[in-house]
Amino acid sequence: MKKTFKKVVSLALIAVMALSTAACGSKQTNSAGSDSTATFKIGGIGPTTGSASVYGIAVQNAAELAIKEINEAGGINGYQVELNFQDDEADQEKGVNAYNTLKDWGMNLLLGSVTSGSCVAVAAKTAEDNMFQLTPSGSAVDCVANDNAFQVCFTDPNQGIAAAQYIGQNGMASKVAVIYDSSDVYSSGIYEKFAGEAANQPFEIVATESFTADNKTDFSVQLQNAKTAGAELVFLPIYYSEATLILNQAASMEYAPTFFGCDGLDGILSVENFDKSLAEGVILLTPFAADAADEKTQKFVADYEAAYGSTPNQFAADAYDAIYIMKAAIEKSGATPADGVSGICDKLKGAMTEITVDGLTGAGMTWEATGEVNKEPKAMVIKDGAYSLIQ
Amino acid sequence: MKKFNFSRATKDNLWTYGIVLIVSLITGFLLMTGNMSSLMKGLLVPICSYVILAVSLNLTVGILGELSLGHAGFMCVGAFTSAFFSKITQNIITVDALRFVIAIIIGAAFAGLMGILIGMPVLRLKGDYLAIVTLAFGEIIKNVINVLYIGIDSRGLHFSMKDTLSLGLEEDGEVIVKGAQGITGTPQDSNFFVGVILIFITLFIVLNLINSRDGRAIMAIRDNLIAAESVGINITKYKLMAFSISAALAGAAGVLYAHNLNSLMATPKNFGYNMSIMILVYVVLGGIGNIKGSVIAAVLLTILPEMLRGMNNYRMLIYAIVLIVIMLFNWSPKCLEWRDIFMEKYIRPRFNKRVSKEVE
Amino acid sequence: MDFLAYLINGLSLGSIYAIIALGYTMVYGIAKMLNFAHGDVIMVGGYVIFVAVSNMGLPPVLSVILAMVLCTILGITIEKIAYKPLRNAASSLAVLITAIGVSYFLQNAALLIFGSNPKTFTSVVSLQTIKLFDGRITISGETIVTIISCIIIMAGLILFINKTKAGQAMLAVSEDKGAAQLMGINVNATISLTFAIGSALAAIAGALLCSAYPQLTPYTGSMPGIKAFVAAVFGGIGSIPGAFIGGIILGIIEILSKAYISSKLSDAIVFAVLIIVLLVKPTGILGKKIQEKV
Repeated sequence: MKKTFKKVVSLALIAVMALSTAACGSKQTNSAGSDSTATFKIGGIGPTTGSASVYGIAVQNAAELAIKEINEAGGINGYQVELNFQDDEADQEKGVNAYNTLKDWGMNLLLGSVTSGSCVAVAAKTAEDNMFQLTPSGSAVDCVANDNAFQVCFTDPNQGIAAAQYIGQNGMASKVAVIYDSSDVYSSGIYEKFAGEAANQPFEIVATESFTADNKTDFSVQLQNAKTAGAELVFLPIYYSEATLILNQAASMEYAPTFFGCDGLDGILSVENFDKSLAEGVILLTPFAADAADEKTQKFVADYEAAYGSTPNQFAADAYDAIYIMKAAIEKSGATPADGVSGICDKLKGAMTEITVDGLTGAGMTWEATGEVNKEPKAMVIKDGAYSLIQ
Repeated sequence: MKKFNFSRATKDNLWTYGIVLIVSLITGFLLMTGNMSSLMKGLLVPICSYVILAVSLNLTVGILGELSLGHAGFMCVGAFTSAFFSKITQNIITVDALRFVIAIIIGAAFAGLMGILIGMPVLRLKGDYLAIVTLAFGEIIKNVINVLYIGIDSRGLHFSMKDTLSLGLEEDGEVIVKGAQGITGTPQDSNFFVGVILIFITLFIVLNLINSRDGRAIMAIRDNLIAAESVGINITKYKLMAFSISAALAGAAGVLYAHNLNSLMATPKNFGYNMSIMILVYVVLGGIGNIKGSVIAAVLLTILPEMLRGMNNYRMLIYAIVLIVIMLFNWSPKCLEWRDIFMEKYIRPRFNKRVSKEVE
Repeated sequence: MDFLAYLINGLSLGSIYAIIALGYTMVYGIAKMLNFAHGDVIMVGGYVIFVAVSNMGLPPVLSVILAMVLCTILGITIEKIAYKPLRNAASSLAVLITAIGVSYFLQNAALLIFGSNPKTFTSVVSLQTIKLFDGRITISGETIVTIISCIIIMAGLILFINKTKAGQAMLAVSEDKGAAQLMGINVNATISLTFAIGSALAAIAGALLCSAYPQLTPYTGSMPGIKAFVAAVFGGIGSIPGAFIGGIILGIIEILSKAYISSKLSDAIVFAVLIIVLLVKPTGILGKKIQEKV
């Protein structure tokens, strides 16, 4: 009796498995049909679930917002734009799955991936297909190893070197401590270059402390060591969610050095319920600040808050810019959806090095053929609970 | 209809091989004729590696009867050793197939060796304590790989636990393993064909082991340790045997995984306890000790979240609900009872009628 | 002086592990299941308090009580729907897997309801930080409250189990379910009660975890949950004083290994110590010896 059931179930399952492969097959033929030429289909990849979801959801929301604006203004070259954003759980394998899902959907251009690890894995696939890829926030150098991929954010080495030079040139401290996430690509990437450049700068790294993804609630030891070593400045090449805990714990042990961060710290003031006085005096090198006074940023922040009920972080700004960068490149090259994936890519590759974009994350952004962006990081200091530009 | 006189075990094994063969033939056919979506194409190799993982863990959990929560650690060892090998020999061994075969052997060997090293002290523990110790080993492996830097230059290999600077490489040197950034640029040698062959090898090893003298000894240990000991079965030897074979096969799955992606990193997601638990889910869902079930469960649970992509934000929530419901349906004694009654009433009469018609 | 500071840091981290481990060990001891969703019930407790304090303006004590009530209801519901049907299943692993399913469910439900943005938790503890040696060593109010609550809960649980009828029933169920049933004990009700108490403890743990490390995301509970599970095993899972001792020791080892060996490898070191302890004492520090039956 039981055996009969099992047989029926296994037969049914085999049928389902076979059918699901076949069903997917038929879908693909549809997508190659005529309707795909009517719009630009932009695919997005990023973590919308899992512990990195805060970054992926920000990118998804901001990209939606930008596309809505573009469509209301008449689209790109007269074509409407569609977005399909897929979850990759910040994992390489899921990233490739998401990419393939988007390919089946008939994507023309790719926005993503949000996290570096997934981005590197996806970049290998986009290179095979010659698919234009623009990552808002994948900052590892390997993300843009191929000529079809471009970045909106700085690469990690650039940030590390810029931070070390800024600290050195402005004589901010003679003893510096670093606290970084040794299990994270972004954080360890910046740290390495920072440490390398520090040798040429008039300050000394007195304490190098790290933490891991599995161990990021208690920072008392790291702070204690920095304090004991007499560090006047603590460099934090990490994301803001851990930074809130570090600031909190530093305050409770009455350690008040200058905290210096990179673009990952951006967003710290928008953490709900965060005591902004803790972040007083924190300096960060970042291309975007939600409190900036310019009209463009204010409009973006207001629209984003109205649509999604939270303050946009730097990932959101990068994604918003990314969509407008795609628009600029498409308009420059005159590409149309009818050019096909590879055709669009070839046209955009050339256009990317020629365009100059004024975005939220930098004025006059230009691109190298390598895919890296040229823009000036701005040094911001948090003063009276708001970002203000250091002149 | 002619009846063959196979033993129950053989029949069951033939079923298992048959299912895998039929499904892979259908898949292969769809692949050849180009009738497959990119998503499915991309999923083929991961599915193969999860099937191998599930079958190999079933050897530990179902046949040996010990709960291991560190299976992803062995996968991690296999993935990193083989990717390291492939990366440094990329320009030396230019025949991809040969290099990949060696990589698989290296990955499996290192993982198996790790299995022996871990198994020797650990297998003395029982039940949940063994589970937590294997979990601990898995986490240690992941943690150590995350801080490991290995570079190569004209003077040979350089190791460091600190950063790339302290490797002290010469100008021509290249950093292969970059701590948290892992290994990038592994040659993408994995494909569906190799995956299927590896599944068959895995099935062959595991099924043959189960039906051999050694396998019966292992199952005797599972069923009653003291009785097994009293009839002279060498407990340590057989426990270690099952555990290390299971580890080596997991290592082979890791090789497949590593050579399918361009970037290999040890994150909590892919090599942490989450993954170990995921593999355990395949095993339990498919039936503990039921190899065929592991294969089917691994395939379905890998496809399921991808099929749910249309649900957008609700995807993982629905996945969780489906998981709970299937578990209740498959394991709850009440449900099983209800299921049997249902089968008896509706399905079985029809099924029998159809079968008898065919016979006529 | 540094060493003393580290020791105190270890104590505060350890006390958090201990309070989570108490709930873990309680459920394990009686229901004999690893409740992987325990960490996520903690997270739910954290969110309830966050909403109650920040959005509804309730006083902290009242919010904690509200969280305890809601978590208790949640715990009993989870037990009824996901665990109870599998109590007599052929393998005890089945219920482990549904626990994982419940854990995914709670995380993703929280993600949908509260979003992915981290929220800063307002501490429910209003005790001042104690400063010694000119502020070179500080003991936070949260640490003191956590340790005191740990001791009160521990004493309460031990008294409850040894002195009340319901507690004795729990003890009987943990020894032998079948025999307990024959003696007229309502096994189902007893296990439900265990989950109710365990979940109420999770709410308290959530309040203290989030006060000590004031950040709340849908994944807040999972890693401390696993660590606390390790602590419970460390001390001998099922043993109530063992969970407390295990938690404190784990916290101290973690902090000292970070301070003196390597902050990158502290996870590996903690787990290595766990392995060594279990190899020497296979059932943990205070665990009962399992007699092998023929």
